[in-house]
Amino acid sequence: MTVIATESLSKRFPRVTALDRLSLDIGPGVTGLVGANGAGKSTLIKILLGLSPATEGRAAVLGLDVATSGAAIRERVGYMPEHDCLPPDVSATEFVVHMARMSGLPPTAARERTADTLRHVGLYEERYRPIGGYSTGMKQRVKLAQALVHDPQLVLLDEPTNGLDPVGRDEMLGLIRRVHTDFGISVLVTSHLLGELERTCDHVVVIDGGALLRSSSTSDFTQTTTTLAVEVTDSDAHPDGTDALRRALTAAGVSLLGRDGLEADGLPGAGHILLIEATGEETYDVVRDSVAGLGLGLVRMEQRRHHIAEVFRTEGTAETAETVLTGAAQQKGSGRDEH
Amino acid sequence: MSTETGAVTGIDNTRIHNIGYRAYDGPRLGRGYARRSLYSQSLRGSFGLGRSAKSKVLPMLLFGVMCLVALIIVAVAMATPNASKLAIKYTDFAIYLQAVIGLFIASQAPQSVSRDLRFKSVPLYFSRPIERVDYVVAKYAAMASALFILTVTPLLVMYVGALLAKFDFADQTTWFGQGLVSVALLSLLFAGLGLVMAALTPRRGFGVAAVIAVLTISFGAVSTVQAIAWETGSAGAVQWLGLFSPLTLIGGVQSAFLGATSHFPGGEGPGAGAGVVYLIVVLALVAGSYAVLMRRYRRVGL
Repeated sequence: MTVIATESLSKRFPRVTALDRLSLDIGPGVTGLVGANGAGKSTLIKILLGLSPATEGRAAVLGLDVATSGAAIRERVGYMPEHDCLPPDVSATEFVVHMARMSGLPPTAARERTADTLRHVGLYEERYRPIGGYSTGMKQRVKLAQALVHDPQLVLLDEPTNGLDPVGRDEMLGLIRRVHTDFGISVLVTSHLLGELERTCDHVVVIDGGALLRSSSTSDFTQTTTTLAVEVTDSDAHPDGTDALRRALTAAGVSLLGRDGLEADGLPGAGHILLIEATGEETYDVVRDSVAGLGLGLVRMEQRRHHIAEVFRTEGTAETAETVLTGAAQQKGSGRDEH
Repeated sequence: MSTETGAVTGIDNTRIHNIGYRAYDGPRLGRGYARRSLYSQSLRGSFGLGRSAKSKVLPMLLFGVMCLVALIIVAVAMATPNASKLAIKYTDFAIYLQAVIGLFIASQAPQSVSRDLRFKSVPLYFSRPIERVDYVVAKYAAMASALFILTVTPLLVMYVGALLAKFDFADQTTWFGQGLVSVALLSLLFAGLGLVMAALTPRRGFGVAAVIAVLTISFGAVSTVQAIAWETGSAGAVQWLGLFSPLTLIGGVQSAFLGATSHFPGGEGPGAGAGVVYLIVVLALVAGSYAVLMRRYRRVGL
């Protein structure tokens, strides 16, 4: 089953081309839509909601044509905008009940669904207080709740982690994951941070300049792009633990990134953090065994988040594998991939 | 996780925890229902119902003042011996209390539309089954209904009072009917102008000021210029000057067609010919307000 399908979808404004012959085929699950600001994400969402006609090409959401069945689509789809959209003088309950009725739910059902949905997004007693007094994290939850309250089959989330602190981000991403796993609702979530979506999404679509840059399942992505940062203690036997580990890992055939595997960004502790390319689960085991074998203490081993820019840098190697690239994107890739 | 709370019955519906996510299989009532919901929510909101206690104060106070004045008129009529009609005509009531009506629309029109624009809630509406036309129609109808309730309730009080005072039934009913048509026109016109002003200014304060300027200040200005024209002997200009403020427009229409006393200087309202022009201008303003609102919301879509 296809949730979203577009076929050479284009949207041209007098001065800009927002979407350029974009063909997508998105199935159920959590799909990330990644692109820099102005890449065409918001334009795509507008077209998918049937609010803006495409210049050419076709798009279908849940099997319904966006050009002719806009209202039917909007009844079954939830939308969470990127910007603030909540009036401060009403409580979350009142607001979400109103929005549920705007989606066509009868009054009693609207009230019940609101109570359920607010509980599922993690708002409890505070839901009776005016929204004006909420933290950013709580407001984001209310925005998510109003998108879910009518039990849609698909939600479009536009930058749901914007403005959140790291903990808030993790909670929001966990919540988004649950929207699919627990609620059975498909999700299209946009972001300009690729690393964020890698952990949440089943599938990631990267667009740039309105054209498809890359579309692949997240497991493909992480296997080719994950970077591990490892920091170890020194011991008496190995006064320079980092160096000892580097030699051990090199011997084990693990490839190091950066300058001799050291983080060269001048961040605190940069000289003591090894950057390793993780090719799969086994890399973690190799690191663990090497560290244990040397008798060192493992201070940290974490996945480095990737920025969208890294996709542009690494696509030169990725293009042969699974991606269809546009001519423009190839040029960009070959210009930057010699690191 | 789940706890058996009812050992007596011991069946599944006694579990109160961890019910998980429940899908919704019930009816989805669609666009018409959503439009009606928006209408009733906006109408209730105009009187502060379903909003904070603080926001109920002003509209309820103004509503109370309108009804109180009507009650006083009734009381005076009943206390006056040999009175055969109320001291104030039904059609005059709204003109005398125009400041109260102006305050009501100035405070409630921005509440109704500027709020959605300012806090950018409009995209949430348009991502649902309703279309732009539904939003505009619902908001316009709600504002006009609120004004109609505000202006017709005191007329109703007066009418009931007049009947209780055993005034002539046929006369009172005719005059009440004329008053009804007059406030209906006034509600449509004021709601349109008020909403346009409010929709063009997302900042609430500016919205309030703009509505007062258009409705109340224009009335003062037109009345002054009319008085000057009358004093300087250009009596012919008086009736055409009346076209330039909403309240004198309504006044002109009702003195031409609805048997109302003219409040223009010299007491001469527009005749039937000029009255038609007045009516056309009123209807054009109503249609124009609707068109401007439609345009306005095309731009703020999503």
